[in-house]
Amino acid sequence: MGRYVLRRLLQMIPVFIGATLLIFLMVRALPGDPVAGLFGERAADPAVVAQLREEYGLDEPLWKQYLLYMQGILTLDFGQTFSGREVTDVLAQAFPVTVRLALVAFAFEIVIGIAVGLVAGLRRGTVFDGTVLAATLVVISIPIFVIGFVMQFIVGIKLGILSPTVSAQAPWKDLLLPGVVLGSLSVAYVMRLTRTAVAENLRADYVRTATAKGLPRQRVVTVHLLRNSLIPVVTFLGYDLGALMGGAIVTERIFNVPGVGFTIVRAIGLRESVTVVSFVTILVIVYLLANLIVDLLYAVLDPRIRYA
Amino acid sequence: MPDPSSPLPGPGQGGADKPVHIAAMAHGETATGPSGADTVGKPRSLWSDAWHDLRRRPVFLLASALIAFLVVVAIAPGLFTGSDPTFCDLSRSNQTPSASAPFGYNKQGCDIYARVLYGARPSIAVGILVSLGAVLVGGTIGALAGFYGGVVDSVLSRFADVFFAIPLLLGGIVFLSVFPDRNLWTVVAALVVLGWPQLTRIMRGAVISVRDADFVTAARALGASNRRILLRHILPNALAPVIVIATINLGIYIVVEATLSFLGIGLPPTTVSWGGDISSAQSSLRTAPHVLMFPAAALSLTVLSFIMLGDAVRDALDPRLR
Repeated sequence: MGRYVLRRLLQMIPVFIGATLLIFLMVRALPGDPVAGLFGERAADPAVVAQLREEYGLDEPLWKQYLLYMQGILTLDFGQTFSGREVTDVLAQAFPVTVRLALVAFAFEIVIGIAVGLVAGLRRGTVFDGTVLAATLVVISIPIFVIGFVMQFIVGIKLGILSPTVSAQAPWKDLLLPGVVLGSLSVAYVMRLTRTAVAENLRADYVRTATAKGLPRQRVVTVHLLRNSLIPVVTFLGYDLGALMGGAIVTERIFNVPGVGFTIVRAIGLRESVTVVSFVTILVIVYLLANLIVDLLYAVLDPRIRYA
Repeated sequence: MPDPSSPLPGPGQGGADKPVHIAAMAHGETATGPSGADTVGKPRSLWSDAWHDLRRRPVFLLASALIAFLVVVAIAPGLFTGSDPTFCDLSRSNQTPSASAPFGYNKQGCDIYARVLYGARPSIAVGILVSLGAVLVGGTIGALAGFYGGVVDSVLSRFADVFFAIPLLLGGIVFLSVFPDRNLWTVVAALVVLGWPQLTRIMRGAVISVRDADFVTAARALGASNRRILLRHILPNALAPVIVIATINLGIYIVVEATLSFLGIGLPPTTVSWGGDISSAQSSLRTAPHVLMFPAAALSLTVLSFIMLGDAVRDALDPRLR
């Protein structure tokens, strides 16, 4: 176990360095000038440009810029946005909102996804199962922003059940609708994964043994069948928590949720590439860490991985 | 689920088992077309077997028909409409569907039906070009890593891991937000750069699984070069999972392109595209929902077609998943 953890941690280092280098190179080595974008249609004052370039270290050679950028990541100092606020301040304000949004989506995925997937798997081949399969395929095909608009229109505007936009403090009640939209794609995958695993394990020897022992069906399903079927689902959910943070970009834009994604979209609109890069870097780090935690958890859950 | 190694009954299987097909393939039997597929006693290749099976699937036929139609629309949208998608008249802003404009008019008073038809081209083009690019780059690297193994494999796989660590949408945002002028090719480049590692992993796994097969040893014993073994013997037998994933991904790339255009950093606003039209329809959602629904429906139908096609092809190529 210890060796597996150590190996996994060591593997993480080159990927981390490589991924940050890649993001850095994409932004700095490409033709666009991050400072020129600030001025929009107006002609830039050379003195201001020179000052800004110096301030953001853009006049240094590329390798030195990368070191500065890495230093910033490691010391959690991401510098300032072009409007003069500390990136970490903006982040401290926006990040909790996105985390709460992702949690709503996550709860929706777990409760609805596993419940529906379990029933579909137990009744494989029935009308219910067929409906679930068709419905999930349709949901997977519809881009999340279309689902977002349709839900916003029907639930928020036509029916008026939930608020179509989120207010500044982002209370839990307002996050319900965007959370469901954010989780809609993953809930389809959770349903399909659970369904397949349950339908497959239903024929496993241990299920037959449990039934032969005379255990009530409810106990066979919940304790024996579901527990074993959830291993692939747990893996997916773990990776998904990281992916949800990134997926929130679109949902937050639709529902005006004041989170990380909303900030990124606004920074893109203002052509603040420095802010965009800082935020995306943080999201990629969160994503990598989530993957790492899942891999470690998975080794705890499944001994076959640990000794492989 | 039937045991994959046992002969599968039914009209689509012909009674011969899979390894025979692979071996037949490896010895250069033609894999195209259904001709001769029904001849008794002659084993079919994996591909003609799959084709034989696919022709009988309604999902496959439906998806193929839809995709064929979409491709025709993408190549020649003028066949289906006489109006110009960029001709707009504010006096008919947000008008609902009527005889002259089956889908109505958008906020600027442009014909939505024409815009939906003309919007097919960039979406389909991005999907196909990114898929091709990712298969070429990812497939080549994956095949080399799987075939040579050892240090080559380690270096190439770690290299792919780095790109794999960046989610498609986030990476696309960074990549495209710094381009001063964006067009179809920058979007394609961004998605290929971020999308290839997935195909590398799949191709590498598939190549490793056939690398030590008997027919490879036989070819080597006959003095075939590495190049010939890889191209003629291993690749045809390792391509199936790559094609399946590439087809399913084609739909996903279309979604990502539309999402990027929706966020305002994909295709330029002057291009008629579904993502861009959906984005600009957002402001009049309350008063004119039809402006959003038509391009959104076209986009969803396109993605659904590619996902259904990929699912059908996977089921046909890999009977174990049935």
